[in-house]
Amino acid sequence: MKIIKNLAVSVGLIMSAQLATAAGNTLETVDPEADRIALQNFYKKRFPEAEIADYVNGIYAVDAGSREQWNELEEFPPYEFDVEAGETLFNTPFANGQSYADCFENGGIGIRQNYPYWNKEQGTVKTLEMEINECREKNGEKPLKWGKGPIAQISAYMAWTSRDNTIDIKIPEDDKRALAAYLEGKKFFYTKRGQLNLSCANCHMQGSNIRIRADLPSPALGHTTHFPVFRSKWGELGTLHRRYKGCHQDSRSKPLEMQSEAYRNLEYFQTYMSNGLVVNGPGARK
Amino acid sequence: MSMNRRTVVKAIATGGVLIGASVLMPRLALAAWNKNAFEAKDQMSAMKALLGEGAVEDSAEVTLKAPDIAENGAVVPVTVESSMAGVESMSIFIEGNPSPLAAEFIIPAGTMADVSTRVRMGKTSKVTAVVKANGKLYSASKEVKVTIGGCGG
Amino acid sequence: MANILKVKAKASGGKTQVKMMAKHVMESGQRKDSKTGELIPALFLNNLVVKHADKVVFEANLGPAVSKNPYIAFDFEGGAKGDELVMMWSENTGKSATETAAIK
Repeated sequence: MKIIKNLAVSVGLIMSAQLATAAGNTLETVDPEADRIALQNFYKKRFPEAEIADYVNGIYAVDAGSREQWNELEEFPPYEFDVEAGETLFNTPFANGQSYADCFENGGIGIRQNYPYWNKEQGTVKTLEMEINECREKNGEKPLKWGKGPIAQISAYMAWTSRDNTIDIKIPEDDKRALAAYLEGKKFFYTKRGQLNLSCANCHMQGSNIRIRADLPSPALGHTTHFPVFRSKWGELGTLHRRYKGCHQDSRSKPLEMQSEAYRNLEYFQTYMSNGLVVNGPGARK
Repeated sequence: MSMNRRTVVKAIATGGVLIGASVLMPRLALAAWNKNAFEAKDQMSAMKALLGEGAVEDSAEVTLKAPDIAENGAVVPVTVESSMAGVESMSIFIEGNPSPLAAEFIIPAGTMADVSTRVRMGKTSKVTAVVKANGKLYSASKEVKVTIGGCGG
Repeated sequence: MANILKVKAKASGGKTQVKMMAKHVMESGQRKDSKTGELIPALFLNNLVVKHADKVVFEANLGPAVSKNPYIAFDFEGGAKGDELVMMWSENTGKSATETAAIK
């Protein structure tokens, strides 16, 4: 993959330019907590007026013009119908009598802030959407499509019940594979790819709140907190991985499959970066 | 409960009683939906069809709140407000839209002349609010830029 | 038939603030079906009347330039917690219905 070619050069360059820690891109040197603090410091310097807690609102935390329009939308958010639909779906038992509440801790209520997490038995990062579908299949139901529709609505309802809970992603110290997954996600974020040779960092760190092709990229801090998201562009609700795919398409690199390992590792890294911020999903964005 | 015209007419025809504490005829409107106005393809014709031939005067007592640059043309928040007395209606026109008349709000006495909604704009356009007060027409306009961002997805 | 209006009405200081959103596609009739190439027929709310204590407090005539899931907010004098608002809406197809909501 082209990614590997660019990896060494771009990762080193960008990471040393943006982060306080020049090292931190090998399993021995990576320090997630240092990364998280460094990211916050990056934005403190870049947008001195913005409160860290406000980054859950993305671009609206740092751009007044779009914030005003977003406030108007929040008067009566477009995702309200979806939260209701999600609640109904969540509470509807499967054909076998079981329901989603039986698959999740605390009956699935108020648990969004724990996702994604490293699952030791399965040796992989588990996302909420993944576990929603696993719950369905375990109970004889067909899995839902990953990007939009019912899965997004159920995820939206579960996020809604977790609103204002502090995000607390853990990287278990007793399983090196978890740290490796975090590192993969981090590398993915900083690696240039595609026709335009852009990394996530190029637009969402260097380019945050700078008009790029008539859009204002959001800061990476707080990126995942408000998902699933009702995008005006879609006219509907969609999941994080749907956005990952879309963003790849727009930045002219080949999109990966939703819920692929690379995207799950990216979500793991990105959500860890937002530790300390709160869940505020579902959200409304342009 | 919902009653459509067919049910109501049928009930009357068969001599039946219209059941329900608050039976309401559909389209009990103070001002019927003006087809000519809503389907007019240019703003002048739409305004004339809806509000008549009277001159439309720009007024500081009409306020149109809309973004300078719309985040997304599908959902542009707009608020029309007027401090005048005797406001009868407030209408929103979007010059660049295929059919410029977007909405007409009837303001009965006792209702504030302050309405918010969200409109679709196909491209950068002048947005105009026209207030009918005491039989006369007053307006306020603003250009709203609509861009198609590259980060669509 | 399911209700399509979600209403948040609050009485405060002698006035009632109403915010409502209708679950409606507001199809303009100008979009083409991506699969068949045919125009998708227009389907939009074209009229909305709101009554309180048997008096019309608001009316809107709408076109398809109003965004999907139309949102409208207005205020009127009067109204108290527990009062009922009656909303009548109709579509360009002629379909119509009446819904109610309580003022909080």
